[in-house]
Amino acid sequence: MTQKTLHIPNRPTAVIAVVLFAIAFITYWDASHMKVRATYGMSASAASYFVALLFVALAIGHLISAFKPSDIEVEAADWMAVGWIGFALAGLIGSIWLGGGFILGSTLLFALTARAFGRKALLVDLCLGAVIGVLVFLLFNKLLTLALPQGPLERLF
Amino acid sequence: MDTFSFLIDGFALAIQPANLIYAAIGVLIGTAVGVLPGIGPALTVALLLPVTFKLDPGGSIIMFAGIYYGGMYGGSTTAILLNTPGESASVVTALEGNKMARAGRGGPALATAAIGSFVAALIATAGLAVLAPYLVKIAVKFGPWDYFGLMLIAFVTVSATFGSSPLRGLTSLAFGLWLGLMGIDQLTGQARLTFGVPELLDGVEVTTLAVGLFAIGEAFFVASRHLYKPEKPIPVKGSIWMTREDWKRSWKPWLRGTIIGFPIGALPAGGAEIPTFLSYTIERKLSKNPEEFGHGAIEGVAGPEAANNASAAGTLVPLLTLGLPTSATAAVMLAGFQQYNIQPGPLLFTQHADLVWGLVASLFIANVMLLVLNLPLVGMWVKLLKIPLPWLYAGILVFASMGTIAANPSVTELLLLTGFGVVGFVMRRYDYPIAPAVVGLILGPLADSALRRSLQMSLGDPMILLQHPSSAIMIGIAVVALVAPFVFRGLSKFRQDED
Repeated sequence: MTQKTLHIPNRPTAVIAVVLFAIAFITYWDASHMKVRATYGMSASAASYFVALLFVALAIGHLISAFKPSDIEVEAADWMAVGWIGFALAGLIGSIWLGGGFILGSTLLFALTARAFGRKALLVDLCLGAVIGVLVFLLFNKLLTLALPQGPLERLF
Repeated sequence: MDTFSFLIDGFALAIQPANLIYAAIGVLIGTAVGVLPGIGPALTVALLLPVTFKLDPGGSIIMFAGIYYGGMYGGSTTAILLNTPGESASVVTALEGNKMARAGRGGPALATAAIGSFVAALIATAGLAVLAPYLVKIAVKFGPWDYFGLMLIAFVTVSATFGSSPLRGLTSLAFGLWLGLMGIDQLTGQARLTFGVPELLDGVEVTTLAVGLFAIGEAFFVASRHLYKPEKPIPVKGSIWMTREDWKRSWKPWLRGTIIGFPIGALPAGGAEIPTFLSYTIERKLSKNPEEFGHGAIEGVAGPEAANNASAAGTLVPLLTLGLPTSATAAVMLAGFQQYNIQPGPLLFTQHADLVWGLVASLFIANVMLLVLNLPLVGMWVKLLKIPLPWLYAGILVFASMGTIAANPSVTELLLLTGFGVVGFVMRRYDYPIAPAVVGLILGPLADSALRRSLQMSLGDPMILLQHPSSAIMIGIAVVALVAPFVFRGLSKFRQDED
């Protein structure tokens, strides 16, 4: 998605058009598998068909504008930073998935997100993240009695 | 005077010590979160919703009102001191306010924004209290076809009419509508677009979408380009109080801003951007020193800030009386009401009259608290702006994900949140507005059921929508509003950014 592809005008828009077509197709496919029909008026699949049609129209619109030069400037992105945030979120999801609990997950999330924004002191951030995680856990589970996912650390409290 | 006695009852509820404490906590955390750069009122409310889960409905709604107004106030503080408006409605405030702050007049800029917001919210909330009962009287006569027409107008105005590009706005709306299809259909019990995932049967949570698109998407976006644009807050020097001259130049813009903001907010036209830009233009035309505009004219802060708050109070009119959110903030607030099992709409005023008027009364109280607490505390808010960016966004992500799993502890919910974050990043990168997606998700299923109920009543004849003059006119307006921007490209010069 760099500006080097200028001779193919507006490639991102073309990609989005393809995605929109795909969503339209999935929606159509899903709606065509719905069996129950309404006695009067619209059945539940009608809205799906409408949205699918809307997506097709928007996809055509995107396709047309993909052949014009782009009207917005897309800045260069630091994909490393984006990757670190993805990694951070994966840390949280993985921790909860594998039963590591909320505190461990949010510690990872905090430290790795800080890394994405350019901080190098990973150990400090891990400690800070752990402190925040514990405080949030105590606030939610004890004070507001909302159940956050528990792991070995949480069971100590 | 029914309204008046109801309002007195509302104040009696809101002034109880426990509720006053809820309002104060709401105002404080609302401002604290709203002041963080890149976080507008919609995200503030979405992030803080889980905190109010376990309170009783009265208390949580009162805290909610505080969070809402606090978030609005916090947004203007960021705009003035950091030149990073957290929402599009603060863009104009940043224009003049940031120049004032750079010229060492940050204090008076914050003061005129705060007092202007106070004056505007006070008048507009009074307008809400007066107007709502009349609208409810009309709204109870609405058939499902009228609701469908209204929702069409809201769809079109939120996404197509005022956006930078109707195509992008409608695409964002379509994404919201598509998500709205997911889950079990209410009338026939069939699953739509769930792909066999049991967690999707309940549909997509509005808060998950809002937090994903706004918070996670923003974090991705800022991280992807933070290397190139570091920002530093401007310290507030000198007196924070306004001089006599400042007062003289501010009071008229406050009132004019209110008069512009409230009606536009109350119409199902969506957004506070138009009134703020309109107010800015008018103040520049009327000012005795137009040459100051662009270099820190106090009128350019006072007017738009008043217009912003007045229109925010205005959006509560369709939200409370019709159940119709016309901005991302209103959509998130509607989600909040639904979490307490309260469905805004005409029935709300009869079934939960105490709650509605308690809410209106606490809006007044939150407003007073904002003025009393925030001007003296401005130093504290400035310190919040100094949190290093890495920790700030790390904290936001922890808070965002925590709120999501506290509401619905499942890995699927977190995966959805991450997915929405990626979509939000792509939307920001390629300049797609985000508010229409949130509004589409919440209004889509409502429009679907309104249309189907109409068709059931007419035994399947779609002409029922055009046979009632009221719905025919509304559908006509929606069609005109949809086609107009394509016909008159020049009309779409009002740019709508993120809420």
